[in-house]
Amino acid sequence: MTESTTPAAVAVDPIVDVRGVSYGVGGRMIFSGLDLQAQRGEITAVMGPSGTGKTTLLRLLMGAIAPASGRVAVFGEDISALDRRGLYALRRRVGMLFQNGALLTDLSVFENVAFPLREHTRLPEPLLRRLVLMKLQAVGLRGAAELNTAALSGGMARRVALARAIVMDPELLIYDEPFVGLDPISLGVILRLIQSLNATLGITSIVVTHDVDEISRVAHRSFLLAGGKVVATGSPAQLRATAAPVVNQFMNGLPDGPVPFHVPASDYREQLLGADW
Amino acid sequence: MYCAAQRESDGVVLALSGEWRVAALEAISAELKAVPLAGAQRLQVQAAGAQIDISAAWLLRDYLARAEAAGLRTSFSGAPPPALGLLDRTLAAHAPTGNEIAESGEWLDAAAAVEGLGRRTVRTWQLIESALEFVGRVTVAALRGGLQLRRWRLTSITRHVYDTGITAIPIVALIGFLISVILAYMGAQQLRKFGADIFVVDLVTVGVLRELGVLLTAIIVAGRSGSAFAAEIGAMRLNEEVDALQAIGVDPMEVLVLPRVMGLVIALPLLTVIADFVGLIGGGLLCHELLGMPLAQYVNRANEAIASTTFWVGVIKAPVFAVLIALAGTWCGMRVRGSSRDLGRLTTLAVVQAIFFVILADALFAVLFMKMNI
Repeated sequence: MTESTTPAAVAVDPIVDVRGVSYGVGGRMIFSGLDLQAQRGEITAVMGPSGTGKTTLLRLLMGAIAPASGRVAVFGEDISALDRRGLYALRRRVGMLFQNGALLTDLSVFENVAFPLREHTRLPEPLLRRLVLMKLQAVGLRGAAELNTAALSGGMARRVALARAIVMDPELLIYDEPFVGLDPISLGVILRLIQSLNATLGITSIVVTHDVDEISRVAHRSFLLAGGKVVATGSPAQLRATAAPVVNQFMNGLPDGPVPFHVPASDYREQLLGADW
Repeated sequence: MYCAAQRESDGVVLALSGEWRVAALEAISAELKAVPLAGAQRLQVQAAGAQIDISAAWLLRDYLARAEAAGLRTSFSGAPPPALGLLDRTLAAHAPTGNEIAESGEWLDAAAAVEGLGRRTVRTWQLIESALEFVGRVTVAALRGGLQLRRWRLTSITRHVYDTGITAIPIVALIGFLISVILAYMGAQQLRKFGADIFVVDLVTVGVLRELGVLLTAIIVAGRSGSAFAAEIGAMRLNEEVDALQAIGVDPMEVLVLPRVMGLVIALPLLTVIADFVGLIGGGLLCHELLGMPLAQYVNRANEAIASTTFWVGVIKAPVFAVLIALAGTWCGMRVRGSSRDLGRLTTLAVVQAIFFVILADALFAVLFMKMNI
């Protein structure tokens, strides 16, 4: 049952178009009939309780795994129809920010940001240097260029990773849980960066998160996943007003509801008193 | 003192006192056991004087239940302890409803055994498939690299030659020396009985060049570098670095696996040559010291003992062993997911597998060379 709260907004120019996607692992279906679109130039939030397959969705978008049925299109190209070369070419147009930054530990901050350029281009060193320093400046870490990645705090590491994600000037930027484990200041910085990158560079953004309040401040459109499909879409305000129990539970952080507090277990009383006393 | 018992006409009054905490349970339990209940029909508990936590409340609850089972009437004078009330409320809220999940353990042993066997078979098959897939992907990456020098990542290969080769020289040389000394010593002990001292030279030179030099080098390198490969790549997996490489549009096989394989393919034969060289020197020194054999005679005899192929029969195995060790290490590293415990398990597995495959390959080589009459 899909609770669509924005019937009016028709897909105009979807950068990402996921239609009727099903995917399962080991007999357990993670997605069944997932529909999701991200419009050009918008910030799209994908939210959902833990274990609803948000990370799996990212892997589908990157073409790391193929859906059992349905279609995943990025920039209008069907991901599963692409060969290796096409897939890698596509990935160069997509930036990805990983949960913990995923910086390459052997390399310095500068080299981490330079890595995609060195891999995919043959720019002369002075130009490459200029590009990298500009991206570092954008995230406020030009002064940290020569640092080792081990010397960075969690928030700084994520900003370096963001610089690396945008160094190839991607058209689409995917954030995997960008707010997890950040102090309020770093969180504010990342939030501001998401917004300004979207506004100034026109980068389409997909933010996968469960931090409802943070993302509500910047997202143009939100999708709420539960039980393998989208249960609600719309602006954050629209989602908040939705009456469906699962949406309500998630948006307002209620401990018990359609997503139960207790993992199914045998009888509590039986287990407490069953011992041989 | 946690409780004081006072005998009354037909029963016992038990006055609790002190801090009934989880840390004191043993002492409390001993004191309760010592309370004389024989002949009593009534047990009255005064709990007001004690502070009772949840664990102690369970102890008290069990004690009272046992007393009731023994035919005593139990009661509290004053209010029962709050913790006991909490237990009762919790239990009351979870009265059996009859639709709980059935406890496991009702499975027939035979069915469980068959299920376990099936699971293990499927898992083993999946493992073999994933190993083949890995080897295939490495091969494809290597072929794609082909003649493009840029794809081969010389910097990375150089680093791995240094890490796996140069830094291993001291230990490889030492082991090579010691092994040939042991071999010569053991050989001399036996051969001397037949007056065949001179054949110690044959034993040492042929043994070291054909088998021991390359085998021991490979085993040392498997222990040093096989584990290092697995741990390095495994840590990168835990840190999502491998995913990040993929997202950047770079093939992890090309960046992480191939340079390690190539580095080791270069380093291991060189290490083998060093081990062989040091081994021959060690054998010569021992023959000189123990058997009083002049070095010139050692060299002469060695020349006669060694066929033109002997050295190459040993060294030719080194690149093969190198590929096996590097693949085992990197494959285990790539399989790490989730936890640091997995990392430790797979690092160990990398070494075990590498050594196993090296020895297996060595046995196959032995058969092959025998068929070829080398």
